[in-house]
Amino acid sequence: MSKVIVVTSGKGGVGKTTTSASFGTGLAQRGHKTVVIDFDVGLRNLDLIMGCERRVVYDFVNVINNESNLHQTLIKDKRVENLYVLPASQTRDKEALTREGVERVLNELRQSFEYIVCDSPAGIERGALMALYFADEALIVTNPEVSSVRDSDRILGILASRSRRAEQGDEPVKEHLVLARYAPDRANRGDMLSVDDVVEILGIPLLGVIPESQSVLQASNAGVPVILDEQSDAGVAYNDLIDRYLGENRPHRFLTVEKKGFFRRLFRN
Amino acid sequence: MTLESAKLTSETLSPFELKGSLFTLTVMYLREVDKALIARHLHEKIRQAPALFSNTPVVIDLEPLAESNVTVDFAGLDRVLREHGMIPVGVRNGGVILQAAATLAGLPLLPESRSGGARKSDKPEQTPACHSKIITQPVRSGQQIYAPQGDLIVLGAVSAGAELLADGNIHVYGPLRGRALAGVKGDTEMRIFCQSLEAELVSIAGRYRVIEQLDEAERGRPVQMYLVADRLVIEPLTR
Ligand SMILES: Nc1ncnc2c1ncn2[C@@H]1O[C@H](COP(=O)(O)OP(=O)(O)OP(=O)(O)O)[C@@H](O)[C@H]1O
Ligand SMILES: [Mg+2]
Repeated sequence: MSKVIVVTSGKGGVGKTTTSASFGTGLAQRGHKTVVIDFDVGLRNLDLIMGCERRVVYDFVNVINNESNLHQTLIKDKRVENLYVLPASQTRDKEALTREGVERVLNELRQSFEYIVCDSPAGIERGALMALYFADEALIVTNPEVSSVRDSDRILGILASRSRRAEQGDEPVKEHLVLARYAPDRANRGDMLSVDDVVEILGIPLLGVIPESQSVLQASNAGVPVILDEQSDAGVAYNDLIDRYLGENRPHRFLTVEKKGFFRRLFRN
Repeated sequence: MTLESAKLTSETLSPFELKGSLFTLTVMYLREVDKALIARHLHEKIRQAPALFSNTPVVIDLEPLAESNVTVDFAGLDRVLREHGMIPVGVRNGGVILQAAATLAGLPLLPESRSGGARKSDKPEQTPACHSKIITQPVRSGQQIYAPQGDLIVLGAVSAGAELLADGNIHVYGPLRGRALAGVKGDTEMRIFCQSLEAELVSIAGRYRVIEQLDEAERGRPVQMYLVADRLVIEPLTR
């Protein structure tokens, strides 16, 4: 049974695309055939972060409009077996995402993929609503700040009321919390919310905490999902997250202030 | 001293007298909520008939917005109207959600107009007098839940930015972080109960308190809230 997983947040710039790229890559690395779809029509950057922007010929909107087929449009990842990207169009507007069109493409993808990861745009407008409408599960990406948590709360409300599962009265969308850009020292000083604060406010299970890390920017500049940088703290955190998602028991790391020298030696920051 | 007060009752008249009276007032049927748009149109009207706009009392009729789901910034609207020589004295029609917002902004609620005749609410009520609404999911930011003619019972958390409205009582068995307005049709006997008071605003029959007015001792505690002589009282729930 294939699963459609939306990566969403409400607020912009919190790490959805970073998370989508690493989540899709990690699942594929573990042998699951996975496609990552960029729903951010007009602002595509998933292909940049995944390092395949030079191989984009057709895009998601072309497939929706029957201007190309999936076989022509899907980009096969060069590094990781089982991993594909369906890029967004840079030239169309979000109106191009029709519900019927999105549904048809997802149904076709369900035939051959185990995991379909939907990288949502920010906001609660059409693009974001389309990305979440057909979801079976959701990764809610939040930063430890009040405004980000508030927007995630709002998205959770929309998932619970306006997704297809909600509209049809099916089992609700399964929710996972991903707390990204976490800086324990700043949480300790009270500049940011703590992990416990965020979990308490949102009330959904915590799938992973991704530390604030230089390595994320370096990886995305290099077009390599940060999960492939196994020396980095963020890479390690994403790998733990995948294992946890697949049912392994992995204690959360990077929750407390780094002990000088110890983690430094283990992981590049 | 007794002499003084005797003198007062016998020699002076009561400082005022209350009597009912009828007035003809201007009614503004509000169709749009865009304040800039309203201001532009008022400006134009003033140009045509300046005499109409010198501290003219006006009643805002919300009927045209009744089915529209919009939110109205009544404080802002009040400002715009006053800037244009109109003094809002109250609102009527438009449904309980808009009316609750108007009451919170200090605009009294006037009786519904009867002239329309065909109003749905004028028909005799078929449904039972009380039906409670039970919400088993958390109520998230941006969601609004209304329990007409009954109590609203929420089993989970009510997030900041969420809003609960009930004609009856409100019970929240998780933390209450959003807004809760009980007795929105004006019933002062209604109460609000919650497991942890962290609310942005609580209101019973239009008498409200905002988060800043909450006592630190009440915050985060299980409490009940009710009106005593028009004052909203918050009292710990003791087991
Ligand atoms: N864990 C992290 N540590 C440091 N920087 C991060 C981390 N995660 C993301 N970033 C940075 O934050 C910025 C936004 O990340 P990303 O594009 O993944 O967010 P997004 O939620 O997809 O944004 P948008 O809403 O614009 O689609 C990028 O510059 C990225 O490098
Ligand atoms: Mg993005």
